[in-house]
Amino acid sequence: MANIKSVSKKTKAQAMGMHTEVLTGRTQQKFFNPDEAENFYYFGTHDVDFNKRTDLDVKDMTAAEANKEIDNLMGQGYGTIVIKNPQGKHSLGVGILNKLNLIFEGSLGYFGMGSCDGPIVRINGRVGWSCAENLMAGKVVIEKNAGSCFGAAIRGGDLICKGSVGARTGIDMKGGTIIIGGDAGAFTGFMMQRGRIIILGDVGINLGDSMYDGTIFVGGEIGSYGSDAVDAELTKSDQDWLKRKLKVAEIGENFDVSKMKKIVAGKKLWNYDNLEPTEKKGAI
Amino acid sequence: MCGIAGLIHRGKSSKVGHELQGMLQALKHRGEDSTGYALYGDTDGKNFIMRFKVGENVGEGSTSIAEDVSVYDERKKIVDSYLNEMGAKIIKEERILPYSLRYEIEYNKKDLLEFSQKIESIPGVEILSMGKSLEVIKDLGNAKMVCDRYNLDKLVGTHAIGHARMATESGVDIKSAHPFWGYPFSDVSVVHNGQLTNYWNNRRALENKGMRFMSECDSELIAVYLAEKMRDGASLEEGMKESLTGLDGVFTYFVATKDSLGMAKDTMAAKPLVLYESDDLVAMGSEEIAIRSILPQEIDTYDPFDGEVKVWQI
Repeated sequence: MANIKSVSKKTKAQAMGMHTEVLTGRTQQKFFNPDEAENFYYFGTHDVDFNKRTDLDVKDMTAAEANKEIDNLMGQGYGTIVIKNPQGKHSLGVGILNKLNLIFEGSLGYFGMGSCDGPIVRINGRVGWSCAENLMAGKVVIEKNAGSCFGAAIRGGDLICKGSVGARTGIDMKGGTIIIGGDAGAFTGFMMQRGRIIILGDVGINLGDSMYDGTIFVGGEIGSYGSDAVDAELTKSDQDWLKRKLKVAEIGENFDVSKMKKIVAGKKLWNYDNLEPTEKKGAI
Repeated sequence: MCGIAGLIHRGKSSKVGHELQGMLQALKHRGEDSTGYALYGDTDGKNFIMRFKVGENVGEGSTSIAEDVSVYDERKKIVDSYLNEMGAKIIKEERILPYSLRYEIEYNKKDLLEFSQKIESIPGVEILSMGKSLEVIKDLGNAKMVCDRYNLDKLVGTHAIGHARMATESGVDIKSAHPFWGYPFSDVSVVHNGQLTNYWNNRRALENKGMRFMSECDSELIAVYLAEKMRDGASLEEGMKESLTGLDGVFTYFVATKDSLGMAKDTMAAKPLVLYESDDLVAMGSEEIAIRSILPQEIDTYDPFDGEVKVWQI
């Protein structure tokens, strides 16, 4: 669930050294405030009961009809919904902004679970391109493989694929965690700005190309590094976090995290400052 | 945008016309300016099947200029006389539409270059395919419309590739529609989703080497590029691997021969492809819903990685 509030004191993320940049001028830093999260609701969302469970067969429905029916069921208080026969349809489960336990018995097409904030989702199949794009919070677990642009521009939450993923995983991501049990394609972490990507298998060429910030952990071989992606020391704190995250994700139970590679932004490509355009003009 | 689909049955035949129609129709939202099929049917392998056109479809949406049907008849007569001159015997003749014909011909020479050049020297005539198994059928409209128009539903064969086209940089006409025949190689066809940025450089170089282009569609380059590599002795797979660096731009393409089906994906993996592979069937398409049209049950599929080339045999 989302709520943001300007805070002047040092945040936990800053205290842990995960967030280092300090913005000045008219640009403000907004941080998620966990104290107020429970009191925040989006308009039009639902209070659901996880113990109230139902099935929904979407075989003969369009994506719009299926999504509307999911919304209807949530409106009736169903907190656990099992979707039968998704059969690779596009855009299923998009725009869910409340807590929900959603299970897909099959595979999704493009843009599955896009723009969500809060649901816990398990997909017992594969997903196509751009799964969980713009995820704000919650957890999405894919039991098989995923297409390209997996977790594009996510802001938060955990996105887990137990199989392999295509190219540009985590492109433009701004927070959250992506965990891949298998291999990942080219341009993984392309232009990522924050958050973490964990890949237990191999990864393709141009890893972390033009990344602004954030961290990528790789267990296997790396095809090549992208522009400004550099190795960093894997600390004890990193290893503890990786073990905890993999355990929660129920993936890579016996994986030796101490041998993982850690990739971060070299920050040589940074070519911006904190001045707003008008201020810059004034300075010139 | 365009959508591509392909399938190959290993060790058996099936109604590939019907199956490919279902796959392409599932992708019709990716483009329905034209749809094309390259079907590899069960034949006795003795005679060539030549699919050719003597004019364009000038129906709704077409960018072609209308011609009188009598012009088509004239062109057909010249084709028949040229075939006779070259020693090719027409065994069976079908005129499916005024502008589209299918000939089964007995022709014993192996080199099809001279043959094709002679036939295509007739203005307005283009060989869509020439092979002992391959038949390329392409026309304006979505997959179902083209399938119904040409009665493809019942065609039995081992493998097929197809294309649902959204015309972007060349005309809405049959000559720009996919699949492209790998001229002058018998039984080679190509479909492509993407955009090639070094089309003109490659085209000029290939034309200087005697290769032929019939359209201004960048995708035709792939067929010609591979044909030239094979002419110089490369295997299909070797040619496809070379294309990953020889062709610039974004692409996923399929190529099929008499007994194989291959796919290649550019090094940026910019164009989609979903693949299903089992011991007896390989099916692939731009989106999973294409595969689901023939395999509705839960299956394991995956996206091939960047720079990947795969070839399967029947």
